[in-house]
Amino acid sequence: MDQTPPLQDLPHQHVVFTDGLALECGVVLPEITVAYRTYGTLNAARSNAVLVCHALTGDQYVAETHPITGKPGWWDAIVGPGLPLDTDRFFVICANVLGGCMGSTGPRSLRPGMDIPWGIEFPPVTIRDMVRAQKRLIEHLGIARLFAAIGGSMGGMQVLQWAADYPDAVFAALPIASAAYHSAQNIAFHEVGRQAIFADPEWHGGRYWAAGTIPARGLAVARMCAHITYLSEQALARKFGRRLQGAPKTAGEAISLFGDMFEVESYLQHQGSTFVRRFDANAYLTITRAMDYFDLAADHGGDLATAYRGSPTRFLLVSFTSDWLFPTAESRSIARSLNRAGANVSFVEIPSDKGHDAFLLDEPDFHRTLAGFLAGCAVHAKL
Amino acid sequence: MSPHDPVRFVAKNLRVDLRLIAEMIAPGARVLDIGCGDGTLIDELFTTKGCDARGIEIDMAEATRAVAHGLPVMHGDADTDLEHYPDDAFDYVVLSRTLQAVERPREVLRQMLRIGARAIVSFPNFGHWLLRWQLLRSGRMPMTPTWDRMWYETPNIHPCTIRDFFDLCAREGYAVERWLAADEAGRRAPWRRFPRMANLFGEQALFLLRRRDG
Repeated sequence: MDQTPPLQDLPHQHVVFTDGLALECGVVLPEITVAYRTYGTLNAARSNAVLVCHALTGDQYVAETHPITGKPGWWDAIVGPGLPLDTDRFFVICANVLGGCMGSTGPRSLRPGMDIPWGIEFPPVTIRDMVRAQKRLIEHLGIARLFAAIGGSMGGMQVLQWAADYPDAVFAALPIASAAYHSAQNIAFHEVGRQAIFADPEWHGGRYWAAGTIPARGLAVARMCAHITYLSEQALARKFGRRLQGAPKTAGEAISLFGDMFEVESYLQHQGSTFVRRFDANAYLTITRAMDYFDLAADHGGDLATAYRGSPTRFLLVSFTSDWLFPTAESRSIARSLNRAGANVSFVEIPSDKGHDAFLLDEPDFHRTLAGFLAGCAVHAKL
Repeated sequence: MSPHDPVRFVAKNLRVDLRLIAEMIAPGARVLDIGCGDGTLIDELFTTKGCDARGIEIDMAEATRAVAHGLPVMHGDADTDLEHYPDDAFDYVVLSRTLQAVERPREVLRQMLRIGARAIVSFPNFGHWLLRWQLLRSGRMPMTPTWDRMWYETPNIHPCTIRDFFDLCAREGYAVERWLAADEAGRRAPWRRFPRMANLFGEQALFLLRRRDG
């Protein structure tokens, strides 16, 4: 694990905005790059665009083989021909978030006027900054109004921000397994991950590129900790239980006290070690912080309903029964705020034992719900 | 229909009582259907009358079915979710065959007439002669096609009669704009002018209410 090579620099599809972006923190990025992928075809009326917003460790490779991992796209069960986000019908766009590490401007980008990366000097971006970068991309693609914005987890936060900031540019908003603010418990888990990165001697105060290393161990521990929060107790019990990696042959045979004793440990270590090959530690720090800052109600005088008063957007909120990271109560609370705002809102909880990750996995009820909601919206949008 | 389903009519086309409700609603109106099930009524109101019709449903599977049909339905509870809507958010708030199953019927009615200009309420009538006869004859809880669950497992915890409902409306200051009694199949009963007769022979009742000050 110590010899994990630094993240590859790949030629991601992108657009550069040379007029820069003024961030919420006050820093002005003089130039920003937004890396993105699209699927399907934009119709003549430019009315069939669907923006997919990715989660913390996701990226723009939604429905195609990932250029680094070689794995299928993270939402290839949802996005594609004949699937709920039907690319025969919709023009699907996904951009790597600002602060990310898959081609968009972030901590790995070179600092303007210098030949070293930003590293941890990269300004603290927010969910709203990410959305504003996406808005630039949408305008660049000639789209005035999105038919829909959809995303799970942190992607759902971006969707909520989109609908609050650009109500007339989002016909339908689908925040999935998400929340209008990051809870204290979720911030706490993020902090454990960040401290693991800080504690890795290879982190070198964030200037690991200078030492030719990456804080692979710290980032892997951060991923392992986070990964537990994406699953559920039932899912772990079902997949691994208390099974051992190779049972001892005799009752008296000593097995090593630590290391891969239980299957669940081996699984988590694998999750950690594969993650560090595709993700940058400083980007992880930046994006987790952006999630922690997120509190949409606080930006609107403490009342989320204020953010959506008179909104023309049609909302669909979906949560999953076993998701304890973004529990149903968070989605229900958003739905009630939308009720107070008089907005059009659909809301269901899908039974699943797969925890927060359920939004990424094969959940037929969820997929039917998405497809039906979008079909209903298409009728109202006269698409 | 399994014995575990809540008491509901089953019909291939629009349930007859829903058809009676739909007839009371003006085209283009803003409508909230509480206990909307799979959204049959809101679908009908949108398709045939261009209404902005939305629904709340307590059964998650039904709510999911409605959303998967493209209808704006949210999971929610009449007892706890109405308070989150602003005043006068709707032209009509519908509560179809659900009043008898909520925890606080009076509060639900108050909320309906706070968030809506008008309320449409239907309920099975506990004053029907067959129920009275069964109770009188056997001294036990009545069982009929409408009241078909044993007392210990019925979701209908607040049964009332047509006369009881008139009394409640008077006490709460609601104007009864229209009312009718119907048989189990939803055919209108001919005793519209005579509440006592309707109370004896109507299997279900349908009321259109508004606030008296409104």
